Amino acid sequence: MSFLELRNLSVRLKGSGVPLLRGVSLSVEAGQAHGLVGESGAGKSMIGKAVLGILPRAVEVTGGEILLDGTDLLTLPPAERRRRIGATAALIPQDPLTALNPSRRVGPQITDRLVDILGWTRAAAQARARDLLAEVQISEPDRVMRAYPHELSGGMRQRVLIASAFAAEPKLIVADEPTTALDVTVQKQILRLIAQMQARHGTALLFVTHDLGVVSKVCTSLSVLFAGKVVEETPVGDFFAGPRHPYSAALLAATPRHTAPERALIPVPEAVLAAVRAEVEGSRG
Amino acid sequence: MAEPLFEVTDLHLSLPDLNAKPLFGPAPRIEILRGISLAIARGEVLGIVGGSGSGKSTLGRAMLRLLEPTAGRIRFEGADITHLPEAALRPLRARMQLIFQDPMSSLNPRRRVAGLIGGPLRLQGFDRVEDRVARALDHVGLPRAFAARYPHELSGGQRQRIGIARAIALEPDFILADEIVSGLDVSSQAQVLNLLAGLVRDLGLTLAFISHDLAVIRRLCARVIVLQAGRIVEEAPTDRLFAAPQAAYTRELLDAIPLPDPDQPWG
Repeated sequence: MSFLELRNLSVRLKGSGVPLLRGVSLSVEAGQAHGLVGESGAGKSMIGKAVLGILPRAVEVTGGEILLDGTDLLTLPPAERRRRIGATAALIPQDPLTALNPSRRVGPQITDRLVDILGWTRAAAQARARDLLAEVQISEPDRVMRAYPHELSGGMRQRVLIASAFAAEPKLIVADEPTTALDVTVQKQILRLIAQMQARHGTALLFVTHDLGVVSKVCTSLSVLFAGKVVEETPVGDFFAGPRHPYSAALLAATPRHTAPERALIPVPEAVLAAVRAEVEGSRG
Repeated sequence: MAEPLFEVTDLHLSLPDLNAKPLFGPAPRIEILRGISLAIARGEVLGIVGGSGSGKSTLGRAMLRLLEPTAGRIRFEGADITHLPEAALRPLRARMQLIFQDPMSSLNPRRRVAGLIGGPLRLQGFDRVEDRVARALDHVGLPRAFAARYPHELSGGQRQRIGIARAIALEPDFILADEIVSGLDVSSQAQVLNLLAGLVRDLGLTLAFISHDLAVIRRLCARVIVLQAGRIVEEAPTDRLFAAPQAAYTRELLDAIPLPDPDQPWG
């Protein structure tokens, strides 16, 4: 039994009925990192939002199951679902500046959830926050807890959010493009940190990214999405040795590598796009 | 080398730091460019790479005189344009074009493609504007019928190609491309890079290509300048930069790129 399993999950826009996820199935094992890759609009972030129960208002689930530790979240009453997700899962968002409240100090933004929702004492929560900030290699945790978000660099803010995500020892973390806004050198530090934290805490990770290079460093398995449908789900090693689906192969061929300048850079061919579009739309779940 | 098209000598630029401005008195200044010297020959493609805050966009904007330098010299075809007033710059503007990172915010959403490409042509007094628009669309591989479309009817990659078409339609001597593929999916990015490489070859464009992504720079540029904190830390032909990076910062940038390969030593 996988820790997180999606079965035939379908999501559409209310009103127009435009399908956003068309019967997505995938599984994430306990303690493992699973990548969600695809081009913009493929539905990567939508899957993460559905799992965390934070879909936009304009969007509705029309079918399928989200099994979190064996329980289908979609069958639970809303309050119970929120409680269950809050106790089990957390998010590392893409943009650390908008995810932090600019008018509040960093410390309370980490400890509030522990105190208000999980019933910790303020002292225990603060001690926990201090330990976690040290664990994400922030050298002066006390100073950072008193700082406002704008006083921190982008990399520091992302470290704060990683610490915050791990605060309540979640069993699952959804990371939504957590390094896209960062410089490549900072990205490397943050990815390493996420991988270390994930291994040390035994957390399952659902890692949303458009960057195949990033997936190859962080994940053990991945799903390739196209237009709201998984076209390939596979271990990372197999994928990079030779993707099975022509669309996955085409994505890989379009990715530039600075180590292979002689290799032609091939955009996804029209024929491949037409075929995968027909496949995805034909199989609407 | 023959006379370079662009020559920048010891360029400095500082801006007031309004975040640190005291209640009374002037804001302290932040040094963004700290003595940049470079030359771009006609027909050359120069890559400018660096992290955020390194000054790469500021350098580009200063060269086009969208920002006024604090000190140093900018020469375009040998003529000093460092402090040229706007009226004197006007005739030069058509000869230096800029392609922006985000085509959605740089293309007027209320104008059709024909107007977006044709507007600057009319403003600069070009004749046979429709012909030129059609040829520009041909060059960037879009159907001529796209002239009737609005930006929101195009994909991100197509919008970026309109940005390129608008720049090349004016037959400029110099194009500055500022992070023009960083907002695109890999497939559109590959299309735009291949397109630019083709245009460089066929039209002999002189291009300064600003990017944070060395893999992208390598596809396109003959020579690379690495910026860090407003200074050039390394300047080398592209092949040499990748084969034997000299500056510690260049090596750090190269080592940090995650290749799509789980066996890459990256720890």
